[in-house]
Amino acid sequence: MARRAGAVSWPGVAVAAALCLLTLGTLGAVLARAEGASLTPADGSAVRFTVLQAAVSALLSVGFAVPVARALARRRFAGRGLLIALMGAPFLLPVIVAVLGLLAVFGRQGVLNGAVQALGLPAVSVYGFHGVVLAHVFFNLPLAVRMILSGWQEIPAERFRLAAALGLGPGAVLRHLEWPMLRAVLPGALVAVFLICLTSFAVALTLGGGPRATTVELAIYQALRFEFDLGKAALLAALQFALCAGTVLAAGWLVLPGAFGGGMDRPVQRWDTDGPLARLMDAGVIAAAAVFLLVPPGMVVARGLPGLSDLPAGLWAAAVRSVLVALVATALCLVAALALGVAIVRGRWSRTLEAAGMLPLAASSLVLGTGLFLILHPVIAPYRLALPVTALVNAALALPFALRLLLPALRGIEAAHGRLADALGLTGLARLRWLVVPRLRPVLGFAAGVVAALSMGDLGVIALFADQGAATLPLLVQRLMGAYRMEAAAAAALVLVGLSFGLFWLLDQGGRRAAS
Amino acid sequence: MRSSMFAAGFCAVATMAAADTPVLTVLTYDSFVSEWGPGPAVEKAFEADCACDLRFTTAGDGAALLARVQLEGAGSDTDVVLGLDTNLTAAAAATGLFAPHGMTGANTLPVPFADPLFLPFDWGWFAFVYDRTRLATPPASFEALAASDLTIIIQDPRSSTPGLGLLMWVEAAYGARAPEIWAALADNIVTVTPGWSEAYGLFLDGEADMVLSYTTSPAYHLIAEGDDTKAAAPFAEGHYLQVEVAGKLAATDQPALADRFLAFIGTDAFQSLIPTTNWMYPAVTPAAGLPGGFDTLIIPATSLLLSADDAAKLRPGALDAWRAALAR
Repeated sequence: MARRAGAVSWPGVAVAAALCLLTLGTLGAVLARAEGASLTPADGSAVRFTVLQAAVSALLSVGFAVPVARALARRRFAGRGLLIALMGAPFLLPVIVAVLGLLAVFGRQGVLNGAVQALGLPAVSVYGFHGVVLAHVFFNLPLAVRMILSGWQEIPAERFRLAAALGLGPGAVLRHLEWPMLRAVLPGALVAVFLICLTSFAVALTLGGGPRATTVELAIYQALRFEFDLGKAALLAALQFALCAGTVLAAGWLVLPGAFGGGMDRPVQRWDTDGPLARLMDAGVIAAAAVFLLVPPGMVVARGLPGLSDLPAGLWAAAVRSVLVALVATALCLVAALALGVAIVRGRWSRTLEAAGMLPLAASSLVLGTGLFLILHPVIAPYRLALPVTALVNAALALPFALRLLLPALRGIEAAHGRLADALGLTGLARLRWLVVPRLRPVLGFAAGVVAALSMGDLGVIALFADQGAATLPLLVQRLMGAYRMEAAAAAALVLVGLSFGLFWLLDQGGRRAAS
Repeated sequence: MRSSMFAAGFCAVATMAAADTPVLTVLTYDSFVSEWGPGPAVEKAFEADCACDLRFTTAGDGAALLARVQLEGAGSDTDVVLGLDTNLTAAAAATGLFAPHGMTGANTLPVPFADPLFLPFDWGWFAFVYDRTRLATPPASFEALAASDLTIIIQDPRSSTPGLGLLMWVEAAYGARAPEIWAALADNIVTVTPGWSEAYGLFLDGEADMVLSYTTSPAYHLIAEGDDTKAAAPFAEGHYLQVEVAGKLAATDQPALADRFLAFIGTDAFQSLIPTTNWMYPAVTPAAGLPGGFDTLIIPATSLLLSADDAAKLRPGALDAWRAALAR
């Protein structure tokens, strides 16, 4: 325990410092160019709407995720792994593509309204507050399910064995094993989803139905683009940071450490879940979640197929660029997240470091891009750095997700094997190599998949830096849509989705195979 | 070691080559330079006899262009900015970063247009576009549209230039009555999108009966897709114009080349590319006329356009009224 309190893990501290520089430093660069700033009453209502929709979206996403994760944790069936992977798809889709997929189901001409009207009922409108929440639940349910599912899987097998030996029924298992786990995992999941929804912009505006659905990020966009009011943009971005910081701090009070201690890494076997009613309920929950999460991406695939025969010439070059950026971003992000994660679990200042790891979630990518542009422009023409900067920013923006995924596993490894490793004097790189990485492989693979797919789909800052030649795939989709070529855009979006998911699948499977 | 020497040599050669050929940097919006936009052909035609390298840099749309010019400030590498519209030129002029073009700027716009700093390169009338197979009798005015139960999709004036154009259209047509018109339109608006492409995509997917676009939009479907089902609804109040302009930065290090490019914009070589790549009207109708298919488009009887100063002055109040009417 002595070294635990004393050691400072410098690589992790360096990562945290770099993140501060990238998020707060760029904000400072924008602020430095500003000439005074003030907020209007409209900005106040934007803040209220932003917080309200994020809170409702987070509660619903996590609320629905609990039964889904529980059902998935208790059942074994053919194709379970594939289903879990596919259900992650919404989180990995580029926003505009996902919105079009959602509308193909819930829109005026969508599948749902087709069915409703066939029954003679009035059409349902998806536009409004409920549309924003629906889209955010669609995007974030997969993330919440994965976070909670890994919580379930980390309850050591011995505990269930003991529960069975003691003759505990489902209610008692829930009380003694599952509830303490949820108590530890849920606040983190809630905070992650809340923060993602806090910086939403295109979803909220497109499905929100009008200026009622103005978010802080849109107000920042307006200030930067139409008013060129750098001061106001910086002020709003600072406000967004404050909201996020408040949330993270509040969550710090709520998060409890897991209380299970170590197990022997055995596969989990359950004895409390065999009732026919429990089976039926689990099957129903899994089926409902699968339909909700898989049909809209299915519509994206269906919309893209007709255009596949006539893909635009620049598509493959853009695809190669996107994949390269994604791979570089993934490597950067994982190394940084691992360094930061180890520092948080083992070293000093862990609260501060963890907060630094969440900073990118709070950053406005518009302000971040603008700040980087202001910093780089006097030194070098920004278009020369378009792809490296995009990779760096994508790595930073995806880091909170990688960190959230790695942390529970790192804590588990430390709890189970930390003292023995300490006693053996296993430290530094050797500890990573022999203890941490082998046990972390499945999570590392999954995190790599998520980061790569997020990087593929994110427009990030490329739009601010790209020139004629350096378009990535999401930018190409946007350009095609901007030139009436909706069919080609749908096909390019399908290629994008296919590549994102392919990368995710390869990395996720790679991690699991290496682990077994 | 060898590779670093190679790199050094390569850089030296590259620098020499760059010194021989002057580079003209033109900042324009994204869709202009895409392989299906006017950019590649414009580059080829201009480079054919300028003995220079024409280089496009891009930003998302007209508003993003202006923001980029302001971000770069006086230290900009940009020589010419192509793609601002008249709702932005007052703010652009106020930056003091643009230089007079000194040309007559003869054009065939439907309204008189002259600006000492900016030359028009294309223009279009805003209009609500609909599908003839789904809507037999389109409304003939804003008031008729507001009184109907037709659904429309518009763009946000805070994030898109067509959205801002619609705001100015209602302002130019109705003046003090604009808030009343917006209040009446509120229940027709399905949703407000961040940009043109989302709105148009939703319309094509059947999310609304009409979408704010241009009178030239049906020409794309007719000429590129052989689909004649799309049409623009003529409005009795007249149609607001979007005039897209180009301007030279005062800090350009290639003033002669920049002037040459601005003059090139008015020639047939540039103008004849516009109709079927940018799907707008050319600022100067080419000698050969407009391509077949454009003759099927509606020609509004009245063209509306606020002066750049009026547009800038009216914008904050119009935006507040818009937000108040739609946020109910």
